[in-house]
Amino acid sequence: MAGKALKRMVKLDVNGTCYERELEPRDLLVHVLRDELGLTGTHIGCDTSQCGACTVLVDGEAVKSCTMLAVQAEGCSVTTVEGLGKMGALHPIQEGFWEEHGLQCGFCTPGVMMAAVGLLAQYREPTEEQIREGLEGVMCRCTGYQNIVRAVANAAERIKATESAEIQAAVAHVGERS
Amino acid sequence: MGRLKPNSFAYYRPNSVASALQCLATQPDAKILAGGQSLVPAMNFRLSRPACLIDINGIEALAHVEVCADKVVLGALVHHQQIHEHPSIRQHFPVLAEAAGEIGHLAIRNRGTLGGSLVHADPASELPAAMVALRAVMEVAGVDGTRRIPAAEFFVGWMTTALDTGEMLVSVHVPLSSSSVYGFAEFARRPGDFAYVGAFVERAANESGAVTWFGVSDKPEYRPMSALPRDAAARQAEWQQLAAKLEVLDEPRMRRKLAVVLAERAYQKVEEAKIG
Repeated sequence: MAGKALKRMVKLDVNGTCYERELEPRDLLVHVLRDELGLTGTHIGCDTSQCGACTVLVDGEAVKSCTMLAVQAEGCSVTTVEGLGKMGALHPIQEGFWEEHGLQCGFCTPGVMMAAVGLLAQYREPTEEQIREGLEGVMCRCTGYQNIVRAVANAAERIKATESAEIQAAVAHVGERS
Repeated sequence: MGRLKPNSFAYYRPNSVASALQCLATQPDAKILAGGQSLVPAMNFRLSRPACLIDINGIEALAHVEVCADKVVLGALVHHQQIHEHPSIRQHFPVLAEAAGEIGHLAIRNRGTLGGSLVHADPASELPAAMVALRAVMEVAGVDGTRRIPAAEFFVGWMTTALDTGEMLVSVHVPLSSSSVYGFAEFARRPGDFAYVGAFVERAANESGAVTWFGVSDKPEYRPMSALPRDAAARQAEWQQLAAKLEVLDEPRMRRKLAVVLAERAYQKVEEAKIG
């Protein structure tokens, strides 16, 4: 069976941009993100769903992009580390990692941050235990997880603070109008 | 580009069970792709090299949890994390929700499916044993219609089920029981790893009970007990006697020892659940 004959056009929504590429069904999402779309922030560690370096969000949920075929992401919204924030307007999880020194060499960091964003979407106010459990699927070989856990807790606080500021602003706005 | 991992395969994405079965009947060497959390790594290693993948993720009808009068029906595409969090499952089968939370990591539970885990039938996995313990019934579809297989008969050996060629698992029927209380315990070296051994213990209203072990042999091991002793020493003797007769595949001393320890831990959860 010639691989070429199996190629098909696949539309992918990654970080809000629509891409169209000719792909084989066997192309893994992580390879397409890196090699076809040039989004090399997503790293490849083990290819077997052990290390979590390739974690991205698919429809808001953390998944390991080495165990998902790119064709399966059709019709889904994919977010990679490049889609989290911009310089000058970082995502709370990026702020948290900066503030708490949550990284050393940086290899695992994109996957850890995406797993953390997925975790914070599922648990609004995670306990330390929930953070540690939520990060089971990502491995850091530099140092340990102490600062990573602090960084995620920091991000949760930031998100909460932003939300309550937004609620207060909305309440004030309603107050002004009445 | 150094990105080739799995072998080439034809890819189909049917949107109904009927067309998936049609595909399964006509495509040689086809495999069903659900969550892909075991299959895709196996394909990345080229341990599995199917000529065709039938991706069933587009089949809406398989993704539901339905609570009926006498049972809960779980579609084959229900994810582990859904089982872990679903209010009805937590209410009716807390032990199933607890066990689902022990599977892999969050990112794996977000994609891995009930049906995938059951047909993969890894002897160290939680869900096959949970279904045997809860006396669930598998609903299996083929081109000639559907049939139902009790969980205890579904798992026939090492990664082997009673599914025939051309059949697929569509749902699992878990009977509601008002009289039995269950407990669950497992031991893994690291969180998220496969368990070495795990146990589900049931206490029925009439003082009878059962233990279902996983990770000890090639499939879940269900052992009914006409009387589940309340006396700790008698219970310990009972676990030891049952564990001694298990046909353990490797490291028998360690696994039998763990089987005894985990059955007792699961029993303690039964006691806690009864108090709570």
